[in-house]
Amino acid sequence: MSAQELLELADDELILGWRNSEWTGIAPLLEEDVAFSSIAQNEIGHARAWYELAARELGTTADELAFDRRPDEYRCSRLVQLRLVPDWAATIARHYLYETVDAERIAALKESDDPEIAGLAAKIDREEAYHRMHAQMWFERLQDEPRFKAAVDELRPLLEVRDEHTPELAELWEEMTMVRRSVAGATW
Amino acid sequence: MGGDDDGAALGRGGDLVTEAQVWDALAEIPDPEIPVISLVDLGVIRSVNVSRDQVRVEFTPTFLGCPALEMMRDAIAARISELGADVQIDVISDDSWSTDRITSQGREKLRASGFAPPAPREVGGPQLVQLQSNAFRCPYCGSQDTTLENIFGPTPCRSVRYCRSCKQPFEQFKTI
Repeated sequence: MSAQELLELADDELILGWRNSEWTGIAPLLEEDVAFSSIAQNEIGHARAWYELAARELGTTADELAFDRRPDEYRCSRLVQLRLVPDWAATIARHYLYETVDAERIAALKESDDPEIAGLAAKIDREEAYHRMHAQMWFERLQDEPRFKAAVDELRPLLEVRDEHTPELAELWEEMTMVRRSVAGATW
Repeated sequence: MGGDDDGAALGRGGDLVTEAQVWDALAEIPDPEIPVISLVDLGVIRSVNVSRDQVRVEFTPTFLGCPALEMMRDAIAARISELGADVQIDVISDDSWSTDRITSQGREKLRASGFAPPAPREVGGPQLVQLQSNAFRCPYCGSQDTTLENIFGPTPCRSVRYCRSCKQPFEQFKTI
């Protein structure tokens, strides 16, 4: 697996983790406040693990890859770049779409010839199983809801788009890297 | 360890550090988030090797985003240094940790303090239909008349359930 492919994966998880965390404190239900915060924490943990593998290949560090690249160097899908707060239907549509495709990606990585990649993917998959169950539960609840169906149709094509960098990603990057850029040597 | 003499490893200043002593010391380190169980109970210590003046510990993370991981690693390093040995901790991010590695003693300690221990992992992993079933037992009253409140909880490793029998919400360790 090339460093570029690792970065696609890590960038998806990092940016989606940040987007999910935007529901912390303001989700429509307290239970979802807890759920999206927990999912965000997991995704950022997965991002770190993938960045660490990429960093070793590229001779840098996970933090530098996560926070010191320019917004237009990120390889994440356009789907995860979007700021969807306060649209709950679209948020659940993205969650469902992402988890469905991510499940296929993780399943393929578990079969990797590289034992380190396969092992990490298997470990991540144990956690992702709970994200998928959560997405499945909401899908079953909203599947006949017109706003949800429209959001799924609208967002689905964005999954495969990796070469477009939205202004929303640049804005998120500003927020995400603010401390690091303003305090020399700041680490997380 | 095949061929290892358990009493023969050397520490500094004439102190002897044995693998058994290291395991005993690790068994005193509480989990930072669930302090009723130790790191040994949690099953995150994969191996301990003592050779000459160095202790090597293989440590497997639980959940990758768990903020307690660094605290655990630092606590291991500090506790082994107290034994007078140099320590090397290797973090192994492979697939070797699962909740099935929590010891039976650890599971009992969890239950006694109000955390329902994780169900054994089945082939294919956990399914939503199982979580929504009443296969989970309340740690307070033992009833199986419990419902899923939230797949997620206060930390990555926990779900929240509710016992209809004793009207008590409780935390259920996730099976991973």
